[in-house]
Amino acid sequence: MKADPAGVLTGAHYLDGDFACGEGAMAAGCRFTAGYPITPSTEVVERISRRFPMMGGTFIQMEDELASMAAVVGASWTGTKCLTVTSGPGFSLMMENIGLGAMMETPLVVVNVQRGGPSTGLPTMTGQADMMQARWGSHGDYRLIALSPQSPQESFDLMIDAFNLSEEYRVPVLFMMDECVGHMTEKVVIPPADEIEIVPRKLTDKPPGEFLPYKANGNGVPEFARAGDGYRFHTTGLTHDERGYPVMSAECQEELIPRLINKITDNVDKISRFDEENTDGADVVLVTYGITARVARMGIDMARKKGVKVGVIRLIVVWPFPEQHIRDLASKIKAFVVPEINLGQMVLEVERCAGGKAETILVPHAGGGVHNPQDICDAILRAAK
Amino acid sequence: MSVTIEEVEAAAQKHPVAPYLRMDRMPHIWCPTCGIGTVMKCYAQALEEADVDMDKAAIVSGIGCTGRVAGYMNLDAFHSTHGRAIPFATGVKLGRPELLVTVFSGDGDLSGIGGNHFIHAARRNMDLLVILVNNFIYGMTGGQNAPTTPLTAKSSTMPFGNFEEPFNLPHLAASCGAVYVARWTCLHTRRLTKSFQEAIDRRGFRFIEVIAPCSTLYARLNRLGSGFDLMRFYHDSAEIKHGADPKEVGIDFQDKIICGKFIDEDRPAMHERMDAHYKKVLGDKYVPMPPEGGWLHE
Amino acid sequence: MKYWRKPLDFDEVKIPHGEVHIIAERCKGCGFCVEYCPKDVLEMSEEFNRKGYHPPKVVKEGECVNCSLCEMICPDFAIYSVELPDVKTEPDGAQAVAGDGS
Repeated sequence: MKADPAGVLTGAHYLDGDFACGEGAMAAGCRFTAGYPITPSTEVVERISRRFPMMGGTFIQMEDELASMAAVVGASWTGTKCLTVTSGPGFSLMMENIGLGAMMETPLVVVNVQRGGPSTGLPTMTGQADMMQARWGSHGDYRLIALSPQSPQESFDLMIDAFNLSEEYRVPVLFMMDECVGHMTEKVVIPPADEIEIVPRKLTDKPPGEFLPYKANGNGVPEFARAGDGYRFHTTGLTHDERGYPVMSAECQEELIPRLINKITDNVDKISRFDEENTDGADVVLVTYGITARVARMGIDMARKKGVKVGVIRLIVVWPFPEQHIRDLASKIKAFVVPEINLGQMVLEVERCAGGKAETILVPHAGGGVHNPQDICDAILRAAK
Repeated sequence: MSVTIEEVEAAAQKHPVAPYLRMDRMPHIWCPTCGIGTVMKCYAQALEEADVDMDKAAIVSGIGCTGRVAGYMNLDAFHSTHGRAIPFATGVKLGRPELLVTVFSGDGDLSGIGGNHFIHAARRNMDLLVILVNNFIYGMTGGQNAPTTPLTAKSSTMPFGNFEEPFNLPHLAASCGAVYVARWTCLHTRRLTKSFQEAIDRRGFRFIEVIAPCSTLYARLNRLGSGFDLMRFYHDSAEIKHGADPKEVGIDFQDKIICGKFIDEDRPAMHERMDAHYKKVLGDKYVPMPPEGGWLHE
Repeated sequence: MKYWRKPLDFDEVKIPHGEVHIIAERCKGCGFCVEYCPKDVLEMSEEFNRKGYHPPKVVKEGECVNCSLCEMICPDFAIYSVELPDVKTEPDGAQAVAGDGS
């Protein structure tokens, strides 16, 4: 279905990444947002709180991030599309109810505009050090989807994909921006509403008596009933059966948890998205994401001028990780180079998938700024030797 | 005449409360002489007497013994995370404003780990009916000290007696702006039901504390007998004082329990205030969220 | 029940009669219903249910006034009363009509 025109600010704009992200959410049909102020993400909810009253949306500033996250899980169960926005310290607080969202299979989007960490770290400066937290942050086994935009335009475009993926697979989707993308102002083109494809909430057409809230369809995703439609369903963060009733047994756990994981892992090919450039015949492949992908362009150009055949994989969907693709590449190239604004996170995935067939070189950055392209170039040259 | 019924399933369906409960989930998990079941029965009775549209009512619980109530009520029911029932319910209410949303949870859940959410929901007069069952202890985890454990009462983490001041919950709720504040014990079934019914018909943050016995832990650790003995104690020690100053209704160990309706005011709920404000400042540009929820269809 | 004078509406008020239904297998033997029945209709039985609890039993047939207090106070949804149609003569000559001095 097409987007609701009320939420789409069609036209060419000069927006920062945070504003573009907010516009993306509204265009995607988000009509409930709960948030708590935190630098450098707050502009997203500032944008939303200014525009929501004109499109039938409700924004509430909650007392903390625990509450914000709980509120969006709750609101999503009314069928309303929901968003919350935060940065590192708030992301840590949200982990509890991100787990609840995964367990209850609740579609929603969480934006994390990453800053330097750990703890309060560098509130106004960039980082990419929450990537593994996005994968493993909440306790227990689960799989989510995480995206990483590299520009304000992508903050808009990918936000729509984020909402669509959350509806498709009934999972919280994490939108892993970074401070640079969030605060960078660029041209953002917002298309007309009828050119924006929206995945609506997949409401069940079964009558209340026959509906089972956690009976999975062929793709492992159950149908949805929203609160107030007479289904009188029960949902819980406890291990539950198809009726949504708690069942404290290893058997029920064995049935539920693998399904939560398989609905993502079985669909990696459909979910996965990355830009690929010149990897055919490359000696070195750069694996990168977010703002670092843009910084790396210069390092790549420098290395190419010195005759190195460099390819690039830019991760757009970061989680699930495109394992098979990296495995396939590993046997054809000399080395992967992974620049990221942390001291080694996504590089662990690359290294795991390379399985020793290709060398994996990290170009670390502790945060607070972006890489010097020369460092990336040097790493590529080292890898090509 | 009397009937002793052997056919449990069939009989359970005939129980007058059956339409309000998930009878397929009975028997519930609560211990013998626990009072939570009684409070739940009173709530179900109030739903009936207030003629609530069950399809438009949602119930949210946190974690703990009372946290299991959501799982037994035949409504759209959410068993959320520990302490987060109020913000979760806030989302449900704002996501679909036409719903009657009840938060039903325990003292540890709502006033301990969820204390911050409690005071803020009261402050902003969120349109929630909050039912807090207070058994003075963390029951499900084994009798640890709660923010409501009376001074000198023993708990498994205060084995020599509690030396921390407990919360006076009606005072807390009232001072944060709750529009309806009442306290009953689970012995006061009629008054409690009437109070639930009254609160269902109000709007805004409505808070009802219900004192209930925990025989397995609170009574045992404090050598107070069984829940039955606690019910007898409520009978002797509960004093009904409508309109009492909430500041004066703190509970001391095995001392009198002041019950009654302390606060009953009429103030617009958060979402009503939001609507009125936006209508005033934005005029025709304002598009309120439809009662049935945010944009869903073309 | 003894009245110090006859109430003015004595002839109009009919005290209802109830029939107590006990779901013995649901009972956890807390004894609330026995304790709080205003007419002392119930007593704990000597028998066990399958879970090993003593459910209540009716000892004063015909005395239930259908106040439903047992139903309200039972934490286990194991007892309820149903109003009986008005009966003129009580079975076994039980004295359940108000004003008979019992």
